[in-house]
Amino acid sequence: MPDTTLTPYPGQTVGPFFHFGLVYPDSHLLVSPEAPGAITLHGTVTDGNGDGVPDALVEIWQPGPDGQAPADQGHIARDGSFSGFGRAATDPDGHYEFTTLRPGSADGQAPFIAVAVYARGLLDRLFTRIYVPGDGVDNDAFIQSLDAHERASLIAVAEADGSLRFDIVLQGEKQTTFLSFDPPGTDRHG
Amino acid sequence: MSTEPTEQTVDPASAARETQAEISSEIASAHALYNEKIAAGRPPQQGPSLNFPPYRSSLLRHPTKDLRHADPEGIELVSPVFGERDISPVEADLTVQHNGEPIGERIVVRGRIVDADGRPVRDQLVEIWQANSAGRYIHKRDQHPAPIDPNFTGVGRTLTDKDGWYEFTTIKPGPYPWRNHLNAWRPAHIHFSVFGTEFTQRLVTQMYFPGDPLFPLDPIYQSIPDAAARERLIARYDHDITQHEWATGYRWDIVLNGSHRTVFEHDREDGEHA
Repeated sequence: MPDTTLTPYPGQTVGPFFHFGLVYPDSHLLVSPEAPGAITLHGTVTDGNGDGVPDALVEIWQPGPDGQAPADQGHIARDGSFSGFGRAATDPDGHYEFTTLRPGSADGQAPFIAVAVYARGLLDRLFTRIYVPGDGVDNDAFIQSLDAHERASLIAVAEADGSLRFDIVLQGEKQTTFLSFDPPGTDRHG
Repeated sequence: MSTEPTEQTVDPASAARETQAEISSEIASAHALYNEKIAAGRPPQQGPSLNFPPYRSSLLRHPTKDLRHADPEGIELVSPVFGERDISPVEADLTVQHNGEPIGERIVVRGRIVDADGRPVRDQLVEIWQANSAGRYIHKRDQHPAPIDPNFTGVGRTLTDKDGWYEFTTIKPGPYPWRNHLNAWRPAHIHFSVFGTEFTQRLVTQMYFPGDPLFPLDPIYQSIPDAAARERLIARYDHDITQHEWATGYRWDIVLNGSHRTVFEHDREDGEHA
């Protein structure tokens, strides 16, 4: 490792007016809704009162069904191929929705979708994961390291209509488990 | 139908009427508490406090449970790949996106994006958005009665070069009022969204301008309790970036989290040949 380490810069809230800067046409469509295997991934972002957060942004990044990260350019200028990356702003009720494919795994680990959550009032982005029910999720080492609530908060719910639902609770007893990848000993948020 | 609270339109129940003096006092208390902890030997906090009550909107939107440490896996160890086909070169110049010239002070903002190990972030997407020179956003929910500039949208995108450099030409944004408390004003800022080489390095932040008199009053900027950490978000005036009879220049480098991959010596050396 190098002997000099630079200090990472602080985050700041995405604010209320991010839509025109970060949301581009079809940014919530990782694949066409008509594509084979296309599913709806949706949920509601709620605050500490249980109210929907109408100005949140959910960003996802995931492998395709083959478990491989899409390596092609074209996350903004879409050509119909699977992107792997998407952004969805919440609606006035706090609801977000993506069209995507189920993530797969290439290494035997339980597949998941990486998530970053942003909102007015949220001073830095929060990371979490969306695991897919089934697919060996119960045998995953990270999932097994969590308590029952934490585990449940990271596994999407398979709805009767074939969609996956993943609600994001920012605060309180039912809070979603948010992740830190910072090295131990560093203190980003106090 | 729920309401749509924004920085500009707060629902009446939470319409804060605190004065700036009260908010400033809360900021001072929070910082005093932080400085006591530092004096007692805790390491500096490099980011904002997610729970920062002077920023009223954070009250119900910060996690109350500790973040769970995780080792990044799979997709988290790589980043989406953006490229030339995703953006047009004109997107790096926010002053030429309309038929006429926008009003305001033309500026060039230039800097280098590296990770905590000093490796340049190459060929990666940088996105910005901002208010116009009068402090007005092109957004339907921005009700600030300042003029919209028909020649300025305030959105830019570019890709870093092989050494991690980015550059935007834009208009210096104005400060604007918001409804956190009575007579609340945000310092002028440009929102930045940056990707690294892995998803764990994702950063959304704000760049500020040197010498802004609103810094001590702003609960968003002051949500970063560490003075040195706050100053990292302030660009510096750079006369070498200033262009003769055209635009003033600002330099703002960005450091992302370290990546979790092995450091190769050539990554560092390449960057230092810039």
